[in-house]
Amino acid sequence: MNVSATSTHRTISVEINGITHERDVPASLLLVHFLRDDLDLTGTHIGCDTGSCGACTVQLGGHAIKSCCMLAVQADGSSITTVEGLASEDGELTPLQRSFHEHHALQCGYCTPGMLMSATALLEQNPHPSEHEVKVALQGNLCRCTGYWNIIEAIVATGEGGAR
Amino acid sequence: MLLREVEYARPASVEEAISLLSEHDGARALAGGQTLVNVMKARAASPDLLVDLADLDELRTISFSADQSAIELGAMVTNTQVIGSSEVEVARPILAEVAATIADVQIRNRGTIGGNVCVNDPTNHYPPLLAALGASFTIRGVSGERTVSADEFFLGVYLTAVAEGELLTKILVPTRKPGTGDAMAGITVGAHGTYLVNAAATVGPAGPRIVIGCVSAVPVRAVGMEKQLAAGDLAEATVRAAATGLGAALDPPSDVHATADYRRHLAEVSAVRAVLQAAERAKG
Repeated sequence: MNVSATSTHRTISVEINGITHERDVPASLLLVHFLRDDLDLTGTHIGCDTGSCGACTVQLGGHAIKSCCMLAVQADGSSITTVEGLASEDGELTPLQRSFHEHHALQCGYCTPGMLMSATALLEQNPHPSEHEVKVALQGNLCRCTGYWNIIEAIVATGEGGAR
Repeated sequence: MLLREVEYARPASVEEAISLLSEHDGARALAGGQTLVNVMKARAASPDLLVDLADLDELRTISFSADQSAIELGAMVTNTQVIGSSEVEVARPILAEVAATIADVQIRNRGTIGGNVCVNDPTNHYPPLLAALGASFTIRGVSGERTVSADEFFLGVYLTAVAEGELLTKILVPTRKPGTGDAMAGITVGAHGTYLVNAAATVGPAGPRIVIGCVSAVPVRAVGMEKQLAAGDLAEATVRAAATGLGAALDPPSDVHATADYRRHLAEVSAVRAVLQAAERAKG
């Protein structure tokens, strides 16, 4: 049988925000470091680096995942959206981003990229979430400033079409 | 955090994965990575080779066994898949109910049922549940395939019957028979945090199976309580009486969250809650 070679490096091909990137990376490289350090996509934040805070949340194949709990090589062949991929090229914000602005859903902003990515994934699967459904979807995202209320209101309002 | 240098392979078939695992000392299968990547950061584990199972689609299926008596969950089925599966909803809905309480959305999207049981952290959700449901586990190695019961599968903290060079390929859970009810109850740190103690129960014509989690290296059958309830009387007073003394027979750990005595108490509380809810559901 032809057993595949093992290596400490692998050339990966990942589509990120619509652009395909091909890079040779160490197998030990975390996805979040690949995004931030190799591709300069620093909108994805590192908070706890233990899978608790959700600041590093991105979408992988349409699902919210924590990029600090995944190796870059595991993402080979997949499609990723980071917070930089939400607004259009001319800078026009998504309804969710506008709603965060209008509802003052951030203070220091550190958790915001992760909140936006979790909420974007929720709204794609469930366009009109209830307050309870929003809370469940945000269980993996910590915010130490807002007390969550404005974030929840911003997401519920987006589902209700309340963001102008 | 930076990880120690590690070799990596991404096999295209289960056979190839088993060859890689058996030919390299220090090789470890990588499923969703929601535990393994974090323990590698903490240097609590330092595998020399990661065998990534990502491309093994045959491990990602949920289906019924040929005679429809069991639902077969591939080892790489994610928690999110379990939650959304129409097969699980028909065959054994408690699996989806419990999967929905594991960690958070992001971790459920990546974390797999096979990874969860192979880690066998004593606080994990699936081990006591699968033990209560009478699940069996199919393990493949170079010399072939074997299927073991939960009693034979969970061997110790972070230790299962999956030996070096072997791979868990699927988990078989008997489909729910009429008049049977399943439930899981427990106390967590925070609303959705780690379990301090849990209990999984299934009741039905075959008698109750009650399993306590977090109190030992492996899930513990509450055999005495099962015997006292074998006659089928599941009235609340009977169940409470049957749970009395269950805690005293356990030797749970003490830590910053709960003393051993408190865990003994919670084991009885959790067992009562799980059995009563399972009994309610068995009525249909």
